[in-house]
Amino acid sequence: MSTQSAPDPKIPVPRGPLPILPQSRPARMVEITIDGKPVSVPQGSTLLDAARSIGIDTPTLCFLESLTPVNVCRICVVEVEGMRALVPACSRQAEPGMVVKTDSERVQLSRRLVLELLASSVDVSTAPQLQEYMRRYSARPERFGEPATPAAEGERDAAQPGHHQPPETGAATVAQPVKIDNKLYVRDYGKCILCYKCVEACGVDAQNTFAIAVAGRGFEVRISTEYNTPLTNSACVYCGNCIGVCPTGALMFRSEYEMRQSGTWDESKQTHTDTICPYCGVGCTLTVHVQDEKIVKVTSPLDQEITEGHLCIKGRFGWEWVNQKK
Amino acid sequence: MDLHFTEAAPAAEEVAAVDRVVSVAANGLKRTYLLPVLHAIQDRVGWISPGALNYASRILEVPPAEAFGVADFYALLSTHPQPPAVAHVCDDIACKIKGADQLCSELEKAHGPEGSSPDGKLTWRRSPCLGTCERAPAALVLVAGERHTEQALASANSEEITATLQGRQISQPALSASVPQMGQPGLTLLRRVGQINPESLDEYRAADGFLALRRAFEMGPAAVVREMTESKLVGRGGAAFPCGQKWQSILSAASPRYLVCNADESEPGTFKDRVLMEGDPYALIESMIIAAFATGCEQGYLYIRGECPLARRRLEHAIRDCRAQSLLGTNILGAGVCFDIELRAGAGAYICGEETALLNSIEGKRGEPRNKPPFPTQVGLFGKPTIIQNVETLLNVLPIIMQGGKAFAAIGTERSTGTKLFCLSGHVAKPGVYEVPFGATLRELLDLAGGISGSGKLQAILVGGAAGSFLGPTDLDTQMTFEGTRAAGTALGSAVVMPFDDTVDLREILLCIASFFRDESCGQCVPCRVGTVRQEEILWRLAAGRPLASRATELVMLKEVGQAMRDASICGLGQTASSAIESALSRFPLFRDREIQAEPGGVER
Ligand SMILES: Cc1cc2nc3c(=O)[nH]c(=O)nc-3n(C[C@H](O)[C@H](O)[C@H](O)COP(=O)(O)O)c2cc1C
Ligand code: SF4
Ligand code: SF4
Ligand code: SF4
Ligand code: FES
Ligand code: FES
Repeated sequence: MSTQSAPDPKIPVPRGPLPILPQSRPARMVEITIDGKPVSVPQGSTLLDAARSIGIDTPTLCFLESLTPVNVCRICVVEVEGMRALVPACSRQAEPGMVVKTDSERVQLSRRLVLELLASSVDVSTAPQLQEYMRRYSARPERFGEPATPAAEGERDAAQPGHHQPPETGAATVAQPVKIDNKLYVRDYGKCILCYKCVEACGVDAQNTFAIAVAGRGFEVRISTEYNTPLTNSACVYCGNCIGVCPTGALMFRSEYEMRQSGTWDESKQTHTDTICPYCGVGCTLTVHVQDEKIVKVTSPLDQEITEGHLCIKGRFGWEWVNQKK
Repeated sequence: MDLHFTEAAPAAEEVAAVDRVVSVAANGLKRTYLLPVLHAIQDRVGWISPGALNYASRILEVPPAEAFGVADFYALLSTHPQPPAVAHVCDDIACKIKGADQLCSELEKAHGPEGSSPDGKLTWRRSPCLGTCERAPAALVLVAGERHTEQALASANSEEITATLQGRQISQPALSASVPQMGQPGLTLLRRVGQINPESLDEYRAADGFLALRRAFEMGPAAVVREMTESKLVGRGGAAFPCGQKWQSILSAASPRYLVCNADESEPGTFKDRVLMEGDPYALIESMIIAAFATGCEQGYLYIRGECPLARRRLEHAIRDCRAQSLLGTNILGAGVCFDIELRAGAGAYICGEETALLNSIEGKRGEPRNKPPFPTQVGLFGKPTIIQNVETLLNVLPIIMQGGKAFAAIGTERSTGTKLFCLSGHVAKPGVYEVPFGATLRELLDLAGGISGSGKLQAILVGGAAGSFLGPTDLDTQMTFEGTRAAGTALGSAVVMPFDDTVDLREILLCIASFFRDESCGQCVPCRVGTVRQEEILWRLAAGRPLASRATELVMLKEVGQAMRDASICGLGQTASSAIESALSRFPLFRDREIQAEPGGVER
């Protein structure tokens, strides 16, 4: 939906002078060089903005326009002349005179390694974007060995910071049983790349509910409620905004999860229809995913200007009745 | 904030423990008391129960999921029920070569495997370096209860650990055991250590205490900063940043500003700051007052690692004394200067020594490093401009004020000025902290410490700690300055010098280092969180002679993982996690003998 609609004819056009809006000062421009090309970007722009402005596609995993940058995945790193280490393009601001390389050997190696480290420790089977990056950088996660024994239920949640078992011959992973504790969505943390997006969406960046946070340390870091308490006993209000931002399918509608389990999930048979949420006056855009005449999940476009893709429990999950009517 | 809580309710003693801390937490920034409150709960009942966490979260207005994430970050806090008495037994590098594994197997015989507790009263766990490597092996015994106790044992043996777990006090060696140069003329930073009673303000005064402070007040802030710049003092915490430049840069920043002393000293092999704080605590306070005066900070924080109970007690005592004598507070020495210090204890996390992780820890958040820039002098503690300085760096302020910056700069070499404390442990005859003017060579330091012990034949030297690198017997003429170590392809780091005799299996030391970084990574960024795991796995396979494809492919993976960690990690931990390992592999023919056996099938035999 476009938020710019034609003026309503019933609203009179003012005759007198128009109200003067404070003029925003034109942003000062910063000149930098990216991959040999001069680029000029408004002050405050990140290197990611600058690279995008000249059509360079920089991979990102933990970055989302609507969330505060956490710069933890490091897939977006670029080389800046004079800096010892690479810098994250998603959060490093352009400074006058910077000379940036986005595709040097060092950059490629770090990006490939980030992908290999992730894909050798996390199930990325429902993370299409990440898979595409893996192809782009020829990542071979399997070279780190067969996956080690998966964790039993609750094992990763009981880890002690600063202690770990001696390694096995294969590659340690975050594989663990799926957490299914409510009717609306499941948490499959064996697919979690720890991008922090769900925590941000549940916290100050959108929902202000703070049901989940990052717990543990090192490789045992995980997204958790306090003491791994079930969602039904936590602060969660089931807005599903964490699902909306999760890039890997770790957080998934229970309907989608169950269809995938039974082998009936088939995106080629699905239609996506945009509509306006009927529940309240905010007017969030809903994208309704329909398969076999049933709503199988609801998303909202992340670039929606007002709500940035965030919904509440009603818009996100309140369509059971539609399915039942059929 | 509208928070939701589970039904778990606190016990009466948990409420009392929280309230005791919160009663002093009068100001608006409640969350900063989260770690002190968690400490109080842990000390009282031995773990952080759901009821206690709920109560703390309610009082401090922190979402319980976030408070849990903080509690679950620190090794000294337990989010699972555990016995009230826990011995943390160091099995890190220096202790490993002094019998730590033997000690652990004795404890296993006496009390069951690590972490288990047949009687529910006591248990033991392995720990990273406890910062008493000069008296290895070391242990820290924590007993929770109404009158909780903390005892650092070094050298530790299993009988004494058991006795301490059961509530006995065991007296520990005097500081002279850690400072072989004690009482010798010519010392500057170590001058008072062991020579005065560290709990007597009068004795400190009689030994020139607070003379530098008076002089600094006469000189005025600008002149103090000028002397600091002229002294060419650089930070002793590892990053070697010019101190005067740091102080200068904050002068134009907005108020309030904060001063933070980094006393988190946890780099394996490092114990100099602990010795200074145990032996000369008032001097650190005096240095902090001068630094705050020069840079216009009205509030200071002293963040000391949680595993140093004696140093913490001495500093608590010294701060109380200074407050009572108007040496801290709103009108210091009647000169109208306002400054106070809050002591904060870490809770078992090496990463909290990284300056921005330390700031987050003080703020009551997880000790995850921040992305830089902005630097702490721009956006620091509570978002305000902040000066962070290592303990030893700060103590150098006193001689700089007394002698003048120029005279200080004349000591040492052109680029490394002043005197330097070195931490010698491992196979040296007289381990301990040594002070020398910059310029001494590695050989001179080893001679000072009585030469190589053990078999007497030197195999390798770890310089700069786990984040440092290995040198060999041919490197003994390396000048132990910032520029000299750099030229030798290493770095001074936290001034660790740890030699190994020729009986030590260096592969075991490398595994120990790899395991350390895997445990201590904060887990925030991918290269370090997973890279440290893969690094350890590769080394294990190499050490076992069971490479996946071949030794060559394992070494390629190791190198690539190392480079990605160095290039793409957020902070210095990940950036240096492969440094010691790579330096050892490039210098010593490790893993070669087994390769010959293993390479033909590339499989187990
Ligand atoms: C992983 C890591 C651990 C660190 N630990 C310490 C420490 O224990 N003590 C310390 O003074 N500096 C430590 N540092 C260095 C600090 O980040 C910072 O540079 C220092 O405190 C600044 O003080 P200085 O300039 O006086 O050295 C550490 C850095 C890293 C990356
Ligand atoms: S559904 Fe909403 S409230 Fe629940 S965890 Fe996700 S973002 Fe937080
Ligand atoms: S659950 Fe999803 S959104 Fe949350 S941290 Fe993991 S991958 Fe990111
Ligand atoms: S490098 Fe390691 S310790 Fe530093 S931020 Fe990344 S994960 Fe944390
Ligand atoms: S996208 Fe920049 S660090 Fe993740
Ligand atoms: S105290 Fe054990 S290695 Fe330092």
